[in-house]
Amino acid sequence: MAVVSACGYGTYVAIILGRAGTVAITEVPYAATLLWIIGGAIVATIVLHIAVSMASPGDIGKKDQRDREIHRYGEYAGQWCLVLGGLAALGMAMAEVDHFWIANVIYLAFVLSSVLGSVLKIVAYRRGLPTW
Amino acid sequence: MVKPTKVTNSIRVLRFAHGEMTQAELAERVGVTRQTIIAIEQSRYSPSLEMAFQIARVFGVPLDDVFHYPDGEAS
Repeated sequence: MAVVSACGYGTYVAIILGRAGTVAITEVPYAATLLWIIGGAIVATIVLHIAVSMASPGDIGKKDQRDREIHRYGEYAGQWCLVLGGLAALGMAMAEVDHFWIANVIYLAFVLSSVLGSVLKIVAYRRGLPTW
Repeated sequence: MVKPTKVTNSIRVLRFAHGEMTQAELAERVGVTRQTIIAIEQSRYSPSLEMAFQIARVFGVPLDDVFHYPDGEAS
């Protein structure tokens, strides 16, 4: 998930910066690219998930209580990026910042949320869930 | 930071005392993955009370014989 999100974002930034050579970055058409990248990332995540599940031997891919707890922990912790991105977008909308920046801040928040959640899940698998 | 759990266990000893039961066999009987049994044995994961009872039942011993908590650590 983290790899797909990061690759998708890298591709998106490369495309947008590539188009921004002659015009101001806020004038670059971004909406269609953004939607295609998000759609592609969702499809790639599903396809990779199925491929890994089919290729894994034995009980790898089977989920139990610990897997569900780690998944929940990662998703919960990753939400913080979404909250911060939402607040940033709210502030930018109130300040009447260009739509380009608002959309991109929200997209970045989704990407960071996904990456942070995935990294925390990997750490939890290797070192254990944090205790409170 | 990740704090190690204070709960210790004797699962490894009990497995060997029960015909050298493998982690995979115990996992199958409890209905979890082998990775979860490894994590519990290494004290990287505290199972739920229900899973703890299921593990104890596989070995046919009381819960206290499988999981231990140090004295004076109730708080």
